[in-house]
Amino acid sequence: MTPFQLSRWSAQLATTTALSHYYQSYIAVAVFGIAACVLVATLLGVGRMLRPDVARGEKYIAYESGSDPIGSWGQSNVRYYIYALLFVIFDVEGVFIFPWAVNLGSNSNGVGLGVFGLVEMLVFVAILALGLVYAWRKGVLRWA
Amino acid sequence: MNLLAVHVPWGLALGIKTLIVLIVVPTGALLLGYVFLLKMMSHMQSRLGPMEAGPHGSLQLVADGLKFLQKEDVILAEADRPVFKLAPAVVVLSTFLIFAVIPVGPGPGGVVANLDVGVFYALAVSSLSVIGVLMAGWASANKYALLGALRAAAQLIAYELPLLLAVVGVVLQAGTMNLQSIVLAQQNGAIFGWDFLGNPYILTQFIGFALFMVAAQAELTQTPFDMPVAESELVAGYMVEYTGFRFLFFFIGEFGTATAFAALAATLFLGGYALPWFHGSAATLLGPFVLIAKMMLVAFFIFWVRFTYPRLREDQLQSLAWKVLIPLALLNIVLTGVFKVIV
Repeated sequence: MTPFQLSRWSAQLATTTALSHYYQSYIAVAVFGIAACVLVATLLGVGRMLRPDVARGEKYIAYESGSDPIGSWGQSNVRYYIYALLFVIFDVEGVFIFPWAVNLGSNSNGVGLGVFGLVEMLVFVAILALGLVYAWRKGVLRWA
Repeated sequence: MNLLAVHVPWGLALGIKTLIVLIVVPTGALLLGYVFLLKMMSHMQSRLGPMEAGPHGSLQLVADGLKFLQKEDVILAEADRPVFKLAPAVVVLSTFLIFAVIPVGPGPGGVVANLDVGVFYALAVSSLSVIGVLMAGWASANKYALLGALRAAAQLIAYELPLLLAVVGVVLQAGTMNLQSIVLAQQNGAIFGWDFLGNPYILTQFIGFALFMVAAQAELTQTPFDMPVAESELVAGYMVEYTGFRFLFFFIGEFGTATAFAALAATLFLGGYALPWFHGSAATLLGPFVLIAKMMLVAFFIFWVRFTYPRLREDQLQSLAWKVLIPLALLNIVLTGVFKVIV
């Protein structure tokens, strides 16, 4: 299905069910995702028609600067799992802080979180910053 | 589509916009690749760069694209085939989805998806690409690729946070996450009652802008944050086993995302498609060009830094993010919040 056909189809859907603006936006996002996949598939399809395909055993060995590889994946020391834990904490903070940021100042109706909301978030940020300082002092942020 | 006062059905408008963006993403990647990677880098290093294909070598990347189309598609015997094939598509998908919310003109016609969570959505889909990178690195069955992918994941974990927190300042000032409203808030805003320029947030959110640019540099894995693809030690990191067009998709993803981040920075901090004191239909028509001009300016800075600084070591990279950028970002949020409520 081409993006054009898809848009026709979604237009019909929009008129028959009277979709709100909200859903229209997210259908647009979905159409975009499909369009990207169609682009990738089309270009690879065109490539398949043009490119040669000469099977030779050596081609299918991993490139390791000339020497034959020993094993495929190897082991790697993942040193950053504590960073990953910290990341989760601060990422959740991001999720909480965005709605707060939208509602802090007064909107067109003059309603906002005001000083109370500000103090609440200052406490929240201070606790998180304290956590970061603790991790720092404990030497967790040292790459060793 | 309210530009010409003709009622275009919503679905048709969406179809047209999708086609436009299908053209814009590869073109943007080509534009940035040619202007900055091929020409600006060459001239900064006192050499000419490619000169043969087209005037001043301007068709070099088109020629490269056609060449890549004819290259054999090699998939290693030991590779995890489905994951290997899917990975470039995930990266391209992530790049495309960012463009859905970047406004190029006022009103619902100026943007594909006028989401209320605009900025948040853009940051969320931009970090999808790391999944593609991890998939590519794992599926390649190559030690360089795996190391590159793990480094990319570590880097994106560290710099996702400064990026996210730097944007909070802008959201605080504008009182919305919708990118159209953020542009309007800058055009019609005032800095302490002085509204000659409007309020481009680069002036009041300068810390946020600086944080955003550093974090974007790292998210795009541009030098000095190019440990994941470091040519001199990892060959090309997670891309090392990719050939032909699958490799080119990573290139399109990298430069397309650079275009998207530059446009996002221009929208958040430089006033987007709008100019102060400039309204009406002429402004609507000029909108996309204003945005492109600002986007190229931001991209120029990204690539200027890329060609100037040496690569950071992994530990330096992590401590810059956790010990400098994140505390600064938290401080910026607190200051902006206090100003928002008190002043």
